[in-house]
Amino acid sequence: MREGLDQWSFVLAAYAVAILATLLLAGWSWRSMRRAEARRDRVSGR
Amino acid sequence: MHFYANPARFLGIARRLTLPLLIGGLVLAGAALAWGLLVVPPDRLMGETVRVLFVHVPAAWLGMGGWMTIAIASLAELVWRHPLAALAARAAAVPGATFAAICLATGSIWGRPTWGTWWVWDGRLTSMLVLLFLYLGYIALAGAIARDGASSRILAIYGLVGAINVPIINRSVVWWNSLHQPPSITLGQSAIDGVFLAPLLVATIGFSLLFGGVVLARMRALLAEAQAEARLRRRAAAPATEWG
Repeated sequence: MREGLDQWSFVLAAYAVAILATLLLAGWSWRSMRRAEARRDRVSGR
Repeated sequence: MHFYANPARFLGIARRLTLPLLIGGLVLAGAALAWGLLVVPPDRLMGETVRVLFVHVPAAWLGMGGWMTIAIASLAELVWRHPLAALAARAAAVPGATFAAICLATGSIWGRPTWGTWWVWDGRLTSMLVLLFLYLGYIALAGAIARDGASSRILAIYGLVGAINVPIINRSVVWWNSLHQPPSITLGQSAIDGVFLAPLLVATIGFSLLFGGVVLARMRALLAEAQAEARLRRRAAAPATEWG
């Protein structure tokens, strides 16, 4: 390990980036799908 | 394949699969990450940083897999005029770009303690960055085509041509000198110890399920937008026809 860096801070940073991005992706795709389907149903008068 | 080309049939299947894939993927990926973080021992050479493997490698595979999805769907659109193929290609772009970005970010974070640098302009890292730029170009082009009503065949050709970068990423560590290690997993062979391989495979399955759920959700969103626009256009055209 060079420079005496704390390995755990790099591990936790990588996990935080991956988990946050994945949750944002899943949440955004679900939300945009529900919005688009609700709009289609509104337009067709369902 | 043409059995699923009917949008109504596709929607019936997609409605049943989207949420189970998203939830199953989140649970499985979460369990694998907890396994990698809390159970797996440190590596003899890389120490604790080996745990980054469980987010970095699935993200890299899905970043490349996303573009292969685009390329195959683009081919289906161009050759067989499959009505849902264009939607599938467009739906894979945002999740593919997200996983390519996660791969680059986690790789950079992993590189600092193991290589002593955040970034090097070698074949593997540069070709992965090119993949992210290809995704961004694809998303921008898809938006412009949807807005201006241009032919989606241009997008399909872009998707096919961009696929040339995927084997370049895969072979880059063999063709050129690189700080990045050579392939650890090839067809039927693995240089990774079982203690790391098992959670890596579970994480890959989990993130893949999640990827599938996101692609289905995006396809449903794009299909619903297209159906709403078509109905609004028909409604706007109807009085003109009556008066004409």
